[in-house]
Amino acid sequence: MTLLAWGFDGLLLLGLLGLAWKALNSTDLFSAIALFIAFGLLMALVWVRLEAPDIALAEAAIGAGLSGALLLAALARLRGMEGNVTSNTGVEEAPNNIDARLVQWLSAILLLPVLFGLVYGVLSLPGNAVGLSAEINANLAASGVSNPVTAVLLNFRAYDTLLEVFVLLLALIAIWSMGSIQFNRSIETIGKTSLETTSSVLDTLVYLLVPVLMMVAAYLLWVGAHAPGGAFQAGSVLAAACVLLLLAGWPLHRLLTAMRLRLLAVAGPVVFVSMAAYSLIAEGALLQFPPEHAGTLILLLETVAALSIAVTLAALFSGGQGQHE
Amino acid sequence: MSSFSFALAGIGLFVLGLHALIVHAHLLRKILAINIMGSGVSLVLVALARRGGDALPDAVPHAMVITGIVVAVSATALALVLMLKLAAETGSATLPDDSPE
Amino acid sequence: MIAVIDLFSVLLLIAGAVFFLAGTLGLLRFPDVYTRLHALTKADNVGLGLIIAGLALQAESWAVAGKLVLIWLLVLLAGASVSYLVANGALKRGIRPWKS
Repeated sequence: MTLLAWGFDGLLLLGLLGLAWKALNSTDLFSAIALFIAFGLLMALVWVRLEAPDIALAEAAIGAGLSGALLLAALARLRGMEGNVTSNTGVEEAPNNIDARLVQWLSAILLLPVLFGLVYGVLSLPGNAVGLSAEINANLAASGVSNPVTAVLLNFRAYDTLLEVFVLLLALIAIWSMGSIQFNRSIETIGKTSLETTSSVLDTLVYLLVPVLMMVAAYLLWVGAHAPGGAFQAGSVLAAACVLLLLAGWPLHRLLTAMRLRLLAVAGPVVFVSMAAYSLIAEGALLQFPPEHAGTLILLLETVAALSIAVTLAALFSGGQGQHE
Repeated sequence: MSSFSFALAGIGLFVLGLHALIVHAHLLRKILAINIMGSGVSLVLVALARRGGDALPDAVPHAMVITGIVVAVSATALALVLMLKLAAETGSATLPDDSPE
Repeated sequence: MIAVIDLFSVLLLIAGAVFFLAGTLGLLRFPDVYTRLHALTKADNVGLGLIIAGLALQAESWAVAGKLVLIWLLVLLAGASVSYLVANGALKRGIRPWKS
């Protein structure tokens, strides 16, 4: 049985490295992105093998799904520019000339010391890791949840999550500062150009799938307290539902007007900061929850955070193409 | 020992990504490369936390990697918009070659 | 009784794996996008169905088995719609179906 597991892990890692190599060096950008999505799915399998199902869920939803959608949308816009701009924006010239080959080999040789140094560094580590599992298990009962990863994310190291919610908001503000502010209609043209007459199938898919996605998001949010899941996974599933609606040409911007969108996007950060401020005053420490209320507080925090994450991720997908307007 | 092989694969991903980051001119390819480097780093982080232990996996690196994935997707979205901006301004999705003429 | 269930599980899983292998072969070897989609949906629908059936026999409770079946139904829905969309997109781009 161990031999089978070793063989599986070996194949998985070889496949992972092979896909990364192909994604980075295939000649066509579209197939590079397709390979990158496949790479993300294999990454999710690797996380399962490393007994990290929480990461596997996040990787499959965000790393493979949402990043893939972002990259493909960007490529479509880049190719769309080709019509207006004379020079080739979407096509990459293959490195055929001598100079480019030389650079490739030279940098490969120069990177060998980096590779060996890193390998040496990892292999010279002691065989036993001194982790924090014991401390986590000792304090899990006071955290309000029984899933250790959620306990770390929203109680023990909640300040990480606090900052991360702000990173998301910052990225959104940066993108909006370069483009339009509401859910943009021009994303629909990307979907519509290729899917115009097929709307009945797509509409049926959307009608069936979006409610299921919303239910899955709610389930992930709830189950995160005691099993793999949580705010990020729920938020990204909800964002995927929004992306599906946007691609199907659903008038999402009518439901989420610029003002509602802004309010939802800042709701997570605002609730997080006010809770941090309250805990600083009442408990004397940043984001320290009283054990008897911790479960409820974490669920509240996660719900608002998941909504903000979903809206922000969907807006990241939609926004920022205002340069044509 | 098995967790070391996962860590070595992570290093492999990091170096592959770094190589692509240097040799490819197209910015979309550079963004892919940075994402793959990030996956490599996460893999090393989680794999090394499992060294030698059959005990429960350590939740702190797991939480950090989940945070990292979300930060990576925000950075990717921003980078893609910057790339599109540059392509709209200059007509090319590559960095300008500033070698002295 | 347990041994019989295990045997059925193994048989179903192997049959599912065969479908996946055939589907992958088709994806790699078939000449155009339409035939490749055909190969792919066989693997997705039947192969995954057999594997889900094999795993459901091992499930601890009816709830777990139900979730597994739900996954299969979702993949069926998404796979069928997406392959229709891909094929339709290809047709509209003027890709002619392959003729021997």
